[in-house]
Amino acid sequence: MASIAAPVEHATHGHDPSFVRKYIFSTDHKIIGIQFLLMSLLFLLLGGLLAMVIRWQQGFPGQPMPGGGAFPETMISDGIVLPEFYNSLVTMHGTFMVFFAIMPLLVGVFGNYLIPLKIGAPDMAFPRLNMASFWLAVPAGFLMLAGFWVEGGHAAAGWTAYAPLSADPEWTGVSLGQQFWCVSLIVLGLSSILGATNYITTVINMRTQGMTWFRMPLSIWALFITAILVLLAMPILSGALIMLLFDQTLGTTFFLPGDGLPILWQHLFWFFGHPEVYILILPAMGFVSDIIANGSRKPIFGYHSMVFALIGIAFLGWIVWGHHMFQSGMNPTLGMTFMISTMVISVPSAIKVFNWLGTIWGGSVKFTVPMLNACAFVAMFIIGGLSGVFMASTPVDIYIHDTYFIVAHLHYVLFGGSLFAIFGAITFWYPKMFGRMMNPFWGKVHFWLTFIFYNLTFFPMHQLGLEGHMRRIYDAGRYDFLAGTSGLNVLISVSAFILFSVQIIFVINFIVSWFKGQRAPDNPWDDTGLEWTTPSPPPHGNWATAPTVHSAPYEFSVPGMEADFLMQDQQRERQPAAPSGGSIEGGAS
Amino acid sequence: MSDVNVMKPMPHTETGAGVYNEKLGIWVFLGSEIMFFTALIGSYIILRVGNPGAWPAVGPREVLNIPITAGNTFLLICSSVSMVKAFAAIAAGDQRGLRLWLIVTVVMGASFVGVQAYEYSQLVHHGFVPSGGIFPSTFYTMTGFHGFHVTVGVICMVFVTWKAFRGKYTAQDYRGVEVIGLYWHFVDLVWIILFTIVYLI
Repeated sequence: MASIAAPVEHATHGHDPSFVRKYIFSTDHKIIGIQFLLMSLLFLLLGGLLAMVIRWQQGFPGQPMPGGGAFPETMISDGIVLPEFYNSLVTMHGTFMVFFAIMPLLVGVFGNYLIPLKIGAPDMAFPRLNMASFWLAVPAGFLMLAGFWVEGGHAAAGWTAYAPLSADPEWTGVSLGQQFWCVSLIVLGLSSILGATNYITTVINMRTQGMTWFRMPLSIWALFITAILVLLAMPILSGALIMLLFDQTLGTTFFLPGDGLPILWQHLFWFFGHPEVYILILPAMGFVSDIIANGSRKPIFGYHSMVFALIGIAFLGWIVWGHHMFQSGMNPTLGMTFMISTMVISVPSAIKVFNWLGTIWGGSVKFTVPMLNACAFVAMFIIGGLSGVFMASTPVDIYIHDTYFIVAHLHYVLFGGSLFAIFGAITFWYPKMFGRMMNPFWGKVHFWLTFIFYNLTFFPMHQLGLEGHMRRIYDAGRYDFLAGTSGLNVLISVSAFILFSVQIIFVINFIVSWFKGQRAPDNPWDDTGLEWTTPSPPPHGNWATAPTVHSAPYEFSVPGMEADFLMQDQQRERQPAAPSGGSIEGGAS
Repeated sequence: MSDVNVMKPMPHTETGAGVYNEKLGIWVFLGSEIMFFTALIGSYIILRVGNPGAWPAVGPREVLNIPITAGNTFLLICSSVSMVKAFAAIAAGDQRGLRLWLIVTVVMGASFVGVQAYEYSQLVHHGFVPSGGIFPSTFYTMTGFHGFHVTVGVICMVFVTWKAFRGKYTAQDYRGVEVIGLYWHFVDLVWIILFTIVYLI
């Protein structure tokens, strides 16, 4: 229906839309991607700030926090973080980071920006739906923020909102905050579902001439498979949230002991939650594949196996949710099943890691800022992946469940994995988005400081967890057996403060480059993707005439060619002497 | 006929999937809807199996008014038929048939919601309220969200009908009619499952 009216609109508005239509209520996928970028970077900063308060309390319990006076008395009294507020802090740090920072950064920003540009489409399949998707995410974010100021404080049952803690205010004293949390995530879920519908339709239907499935860059494969996960997982969360909301407001008893089943919440949440874990890592894997091939000047090693590994991880992600619930009471046979299916995921994950290493192997590696971040992704993902195997093992999990070992693991994949990939991807596609380069010197300074202090922050958490330090406790000093952990906690806190401070470098680099950065050429990284065939930034509609694709996505260092890369819309010159076939891996040998 | 349709006769015929975007999009979206109702229906099954004592001993018919809901179910199935008639009419270029059958569908869909509202008021009157235990909890959540979907469908269909009266659909381009039709059949199908497991079993 929408597209019938579209040509009329173009005719009346011409090519000079008003400021509001161009930058605020825009239907252009590039503007919407940048809108998502600014929104989610703000939430990333906010989530980081909340983490700093958490770290102050963990590192220096009982000491007044500098700047604590800025908070209301109900949150931080005389500089001391109140226990009730501490519960809200850990809940909201997780919620903001997962739902309002990492997920929109990966899917909202790059899904919007890259999909049409990389498949040669003028825009998304449903541009107005795309706009609606962004403008649903904004009120969801405001609602989530507003929860801090309602009576009873914000949601305090953890980002997983385990029932009955979340379903009945009797235990946390929180009712309105938890309801705001539910409604906000329902709205955000709708936004994600509409976005996913758009991405899937666009990738299936709007690939340009010659862009076959196996000529798609891995970033697009990853975003496409992620969109399928979002489409099928988010409605499960919405259903569960609606029941939780009704338990609080209408007096239903879905998740209350007695009549209902508290453990049903865990099943629903993790049936959504585990695909969500892969929503948060698959796009990062896609971007890293693009960046590593580019930085190594080699075709990606094992392109097809990369695609099938993505599909394999996405499929297995649906049958492993029980590994979050080993300690919730589970039939050992079922636990064994979940343990095996979880461990099977390390196979496609390892295929991806070895393929990245195989791509770098023997390449003429250029350590640009995106490449550094992509390499950090691979390294940190290996550590996070290996600690994941520890927890998948049911006997080991009895010991480390809900300790700081889990916190270390999830930050190794979410921060060390996803966030490094995001830093790489932002730097890589920044010139296309804004027409200017980010400063490479400050990019490298930011990278190395982040890499060092990130590891100093999160690696010791493994040790904390093995010493039995529980995940969400307010003050470890209250337990005798944790008395020896205060030194490590101080080290982690100080590293975390430095880690947060060095992000200022990135923020300044991002803002200053926008206005003062070096002008970017069309193809600053000598990359092969279609997005580099159009000006930086691309005009409305992306191309004057739709490009035609002739080549595989990673044709770097093609033998016998003058340039060391062949763009996807270029045709490889036929050479009688060149070995036939193997256009994807062949160039590497 | 507006000239817009002349410009775009059934556009995107050369798409990747061989169908136009709106049709592919609604199928994808319905995949999401299936998962949403799966969450509600799956929870219902688990809760009922886990706590059979919370349901009436001889089944839901002890509390719920089966005859009136059976009639309502019949009404909704008929509205699916009239939806198909509207679709068939415009595919053959019959503008009058399209308008007639769309109005019939809107009226039947709205009546379904009306009967459901009446049913709710009767149940509440007899003390069957959402806070009355796990049986009413699941009953109101599942039928309520289905009713919400029907309501959204009726609102969209009023919009399609309004466009039909302005002659926006032709035998070459009837995308809006087909898309709302797919959604409508889906909502109908969900109700048949809900009626079976909530009312009959």
